[in-house]
Amino acid sequence: MSAVANPRSSGRPDAVRLMLNNRLATGGLVILVVMVLLALLAPLLPLADPNATAPANRLIRPLSEGHLLGTDALGRDILSRILWGLRVSLAVGISATLIAAFFGSLIGLVAGYAGGRTDNLLMRGVDMLMAFPYILLALAIVAVLGPGLINALYAIAVVNIPFFARNIRGVTLGLARREFVDAARLSGKSHLRILTGEILPNVAPVIVVTMSTTVGWMILETAGLSFLGLGAQPPQADLGSMLGDGRRVLFNAPHVAIVPGLVIFLLVMSINLFGDGVRDVLDPRLKSGALARPMGRTAIDPRAGDAMPAPATEAVLDVVALKTQFQLGRKTLRAVDDVDLRLREGECLGIVGESGSGKSVTAMSIMGLVPTPPGRIAGGTIDFRGEDLLGASDARIRQLRGGAVSHVFQDPLSTLHPLFTVGDQIVEAIRAHQSIGHREARTKARDLLAMVRIPNAAQRLDAYPHELSGGMRQRVVIAMALANDAELLIADEPTTALDVTVQAQVLSLMNGLRREKKTSILFITHDFGVVSAICDRVAVMYAGRIVETGTARQVLEKPAHPYTRKLIDCVPVLGQSDRRLDAIEGLPPSVDDLPEGCAFAPRCPFAQPECRKGEIPLFALADERAARCLFPLSAAREVVDA
Amino acid sequence: MHSTVEPLMRVEGVERIFGGRRKLFGGHRAGVHAVQDVSLDIMPGETLGIVGESGCGKSTLARMLVGLDQPTGGSIRFKGRDIADTLRNDFNGLARNIQYVFQDPVSSLNPRKTIRSILEAPLKHLLGLGRKERAERLGTLMDAVNLRPEFLERYPHEFSGGQAQRIGIARALAADPELIVLDEPVSALDVSVQAQVINLLADLKARFGLTYVFISHDLSVVESVSDRVAVMYFGRLAELGPARALFADPRHRYTRLLLDSVPAPGKPIVACEGSEGDLPDPYDPPAGCAFAPRCPAADDLCRSQRPALDAGAVDGAHLAACFHPPLLTGETAGDGQL
Amino acid sequence: MSAYIFKRLLALIPVLFGLSIIVFLMMALIPGDPATAILGNFATPENVARLNAQLGLDRPLPQQYLIWLGNLLQGDLGRSFALNRPVLDEVIERFSATLILAGAALVLCSVLGLLAGIVSAVRQFGWTDRMITLFVLIGISTPSFFLGLMLILFFAVNLRWFPASGMYAIYGGGDLPDLLYHLVLPAVTLAAVATGVIARLTRTAMLEVLRQDYIRTARAKGLSERRVIYRHAFKAALVSVIPVIGIQAGFVLGGAVYIETVFQWPGIGAMLVNAISTRDLLLVQGGVLVVATSYVLFNLAADIVQSMLDPRLRR
Repeated sequence: MSAVANPRSSGRPDAVRLMLNNRLATGGLVILVVMVLLALLAPLLPLADPNATAPANRLIRPLSEGHLLGTDALGRDILSRILWGLRVSLAVGISATLIAAFFGSLIGLVAGYAGGRTDNLLMRGVDMLMAFPYILLALAIVAVLGPGLINALYAIAVVNIPFFARNIRGVTLGLARREFVDAARLSGKSHLRILTGEILPNVAPVIVVTMSTTVGWMILETAGLSFLGLGAQPPQADLGSMLGDGRRVLFNAPHVAIVPGLVIFLLVMSINLFGDGVRDVLDPRLKSGALARPMGRTAIDPRAGDAMPAPATEAVLDVVALKTQFQLGRKTLRAVDDVDLRLREGECLGIVGESGSGKSVTAMSIMGLVPTPPGRIAGGTIDFRGEDLLGASDARIRQLRGGAVSHVFQDPLSTLHPLFTVGDQIVEAIRAHQSIGHREARTKARDLLAMVRIPNAAQRLDAYPHELSGGMRQRVVIAMALANDAELLIADEPTTALDVTVQAQVLSLMNGLRREKKTSILFITHDFGVVSAICDRVAVMYAGRIVETGTARQVLEKPAHPYTRKLIDCVPVLGQSDRRLDAIEGLPPSVDDLPEGCAFAPRCPFAQPECRKGEIPLFALADERAARCLFPLSAAREVVDA
Repeated sequence: MHSTVEPLMRVEGVERIFGGRRKLFGGHRAGVHAVQDVSLDIMPGETLGIVGESGCGKSTLARMLVGLDQPTGGSIRFKGRDIADTLRNDFNGLARNIQYVFQDPVSSLNPRKTIRSILEAPLKHLLGLGRKERAERLGTLMDAVNLRPEFLERYPHEFSGGQAQRIGIARALAADPELIVLDEPVSALDVSVQAQVINLLADLKARFGLTYVFISHDLSVVESVSDRVAVMYFGRLAELGPARALFADPRHRYTRLLLDSVPAPGKPIVACEGSEGDLPDPYDPPAGCAFAPRCPAADDLCRSQRPALDAGAVDGAHLAACFHPPLLTGETAGDGQL
Repeated sequence: MSAYIFKRLLALIPVLFGLSIIVFLMMALIPGDPATAILGNFATPENVARLNAQLGLDRPLPQQYLIWLGNLLQGDLGRSFALNRPVLDEVIERFSATLILAGAALVLCSVLGLLAGIVSAVRQFGWTDRMITLFVLIGISTPSFFLGLMLILFFAVNLRWFPASGMYAIYGGGDLPDLLYHLVLPAVTLAAVATGVIARLTRTAMLEVLRQDYIRTARAKGLSERRVIYRHAFKAALVSVIPVIGIQAGFVLGGAVYIETVFQWPGIGAMLVNAISTRDLLLVQGGVLVVATSYVLFNLAADIVQSMLDPRLRR
């Protein structure tokens, strides 16, 4: 996947945010550790007896001598009671968490792994428990068992079991379907061994995360039961029951309630902060702060665009020296570097390359659809019909998007909005650019569907994307792209996700439409077969740069760059099954760590010492034909090698 | 020629229906017919390619061949013994002989295990090797798939797709099986890496005398690796025959369409536009040939009766389930057929 | 759609059935002699024996359940010994007060939570986002009963803006403005935690949705940012937030137990706490049954709303 298609792996928050996140979690941890230590050390500290009543000293305000936090209605020292109460609250909260985590995870693991009837039975039971509002169920359990701290502990633990069970089951279910479980089975491991040895290690972080996010609640809820008088019974006190006592004297001595309340708040807050930190580290999927939201348009370096004046050409699209980069932490990925493209009216230009070659990023840069963060256009110019796109206003870009310039993306299921009918989505595209009524737009949408040869177009308008087959969906996307008579169609691997017979249909459709409507197409693909079917000219990309351009025929028949040659040869061709494939040794380089000189040199059988030095320009070989190679292949050369 | 050698595996009338239970209030809920009435032999030492588009049942068939899934009908015999019996007694007995390579190399490796512990599992549990023998065998395996031995201590995420797939292949090799089922082993890989893996598989086959079942949606890949090819459509075999004959002279209209659809230099785009190109409803399979709605040669016979696999056969080795097969090279129309 | 609703309604039957079994077992599993537990330790032996016979406690458990269920379906939940009136009458009266409070809190937390979540996601990393994140953190870390006490102290005792307790003024109250006036503090308190949870989830859901391919498609169509965010992204985010609102309804209904105690709101939560303290177990049973049923119904509504938004769920 290119960086555009899969920004999740590359999307990281800026360093400041990361530090802030860490700092919050660290702060939480520090407070938590201090509180736990104080609670643990309570018996050793020089504290007053928490239960010693002294009616003479009742309701002393905080910061008085001998009573730092004052006294309560019975004259007991609040500081001492808080620390002893903290012990109780922590112990109960943590025990409840452990109990709930153990039983809940066990149920979840077994249900998720076993599936079928076992799963059904266990989860129905869990659902039954979840049909009760959380606290109500705890109350009901206390009602049955009778008030008391231990009973409250059981109640809170039981109430949280379904939560663990559901979470863990979900994760386990996902894991149990993963191929490595089948692989372990075929490696001879028993079910028990797979559950404990393969699945549990992957589930463990989720259990820890769930624990760290629930222990705060559990402390709150036990405090709540005690507050209501259903938990800790006098003389024993936890933070909740102290708050409950304080409530009786709220109006004349608010500190008796405020102090334990604040302590609960501080405790829960520190746990939550720390829990968020734990979650961010252990479960990248759930990272709330790290999901950066892509902006409406790619950020453009202010220097880009004014490097050179736009050349006046008859080209529809003219891209010069385009540089698009991704900022990942301190690393800068030069995904697209110095790319030049020119596309004439009615022409189809193919950009061919492997994943990570920068072909999609090039295409997405044109209308500013590379996600920012982390993407950024760092230099170059992009002209559409003589208009500078990098300098254009956001409003102008919006006007062009879906109007004169439209897109078709790879996976038609994920590119169509799942919650709107295809008719609505096409109508929306039409009405974003043409001021016509809904009814008229709908008629037009129906005509568009008919144009891309969707049977029963009028009925299909009301279909949702998931109700259509892959090929039908891609036709809808194409219809949408053609809704406003685009002059330029940018198609990013439009057939890669489709079956071969459907691919042929879509290609033939696109080819016909472009001849009919004289639409220029920028066609991104990794497949030379597809290139030969639809493209007039080709640009081959490797490691963010164009390494060869020419007409499709020239490049396919007589590639000049060794990479192109190898890329063509390593793909089996129908009807030539006797040939051993000419594999390219090694791996494509990463764009944050490119070798000096030619990026392909380390894998190139013809590389010379000169290839590993300096900047290698794109050499013109003939009209419209160029290769970024010091020693371009020629027919003569191939004879020598043969 | 089949009669002289016993097949390594014999698949007979295998069927797999998903779901389809009795409803709570009477009636019968239809199941998805993923694989229906598939019969074929796998000869020792050959590579049998299975090709078809998404949803044709090829992966379901593959999983049944290794015992990861059980057929709802028919039988699969390995060396004459029904694998359902083997599985009932000892899952590992089957795994010692038949192994599997997964499509997604990264997801087939447990992210929390080192390569060593992944590769040791079959040695320990299937072969029961001791520590020293295991270390020896690990060295051989890593060498066989061209990976450096120091990779053993690393975790899967440190590897590229191509390297991860080599590890997947090494794991399949570890138990020294006779048959390896490869389920789209190169589809998830970049084109420049695909060739490396395909070549490696060819070398390993020669070196260890393996038999392959190679499943792919990519016709050119299947053609380049297979001795014989089975084409699947909508859960059934459409055509089965020697690779060369099948690709040169397909006897099923669907195979023809597949071959024509592959874009290639100097070839016009051929697209079949019949009836949306959609598959029939898998809950309610048609009575006749499933391909009939898309087929240019379909007639009432095709729509009402299901062609048997020998309906369009050339000879005992090249079978096709087609009433009106495309003409062979050199054959002329007017032999009383369409 | 109506077929889907019908299917969901059918699925409700086993859930309610299971619910009734659990609630029934709650009584049956009380340690010791249930009749004594119900009547209290000072009950005369004759009364205990009478109750045992009346409740059919001398029969086997399944039979007891059927009798109980039969009574339940006729609207007979037994008699509260402490209040000396039918459980059903008391429960209905109290539950309407809780519905007002919980309903107000639920509206409040949904509206505020969704708004805060959207703003937070749209202004990601800006100061609005940071402020909202901070409030959310405080909101979900504060015990609601403590927050209630503090609000009373500040707004009722110090500022005298709102009453400290009750549902209506004792003299001359009883109209709608009076109710709303009494409702403000408890509803805000009850909504606080849920608002935080909903805001947090909405933010995450929005951020998740905004990186989907179909959002890129919407932008590629030339739609305005406003339309992209409020039509395309919000609708998709709402699908994953609605079940959370459903779950929050449970927290709000349950949390009413604390808030009604703190604000002396005459709802079912306060009733339950009292009933547990006085061991008025039939009253507890009736209360739990009614609240749980309403929660199940609410979640059903949430499911239906969700499937109205997402056609993929209608199957």
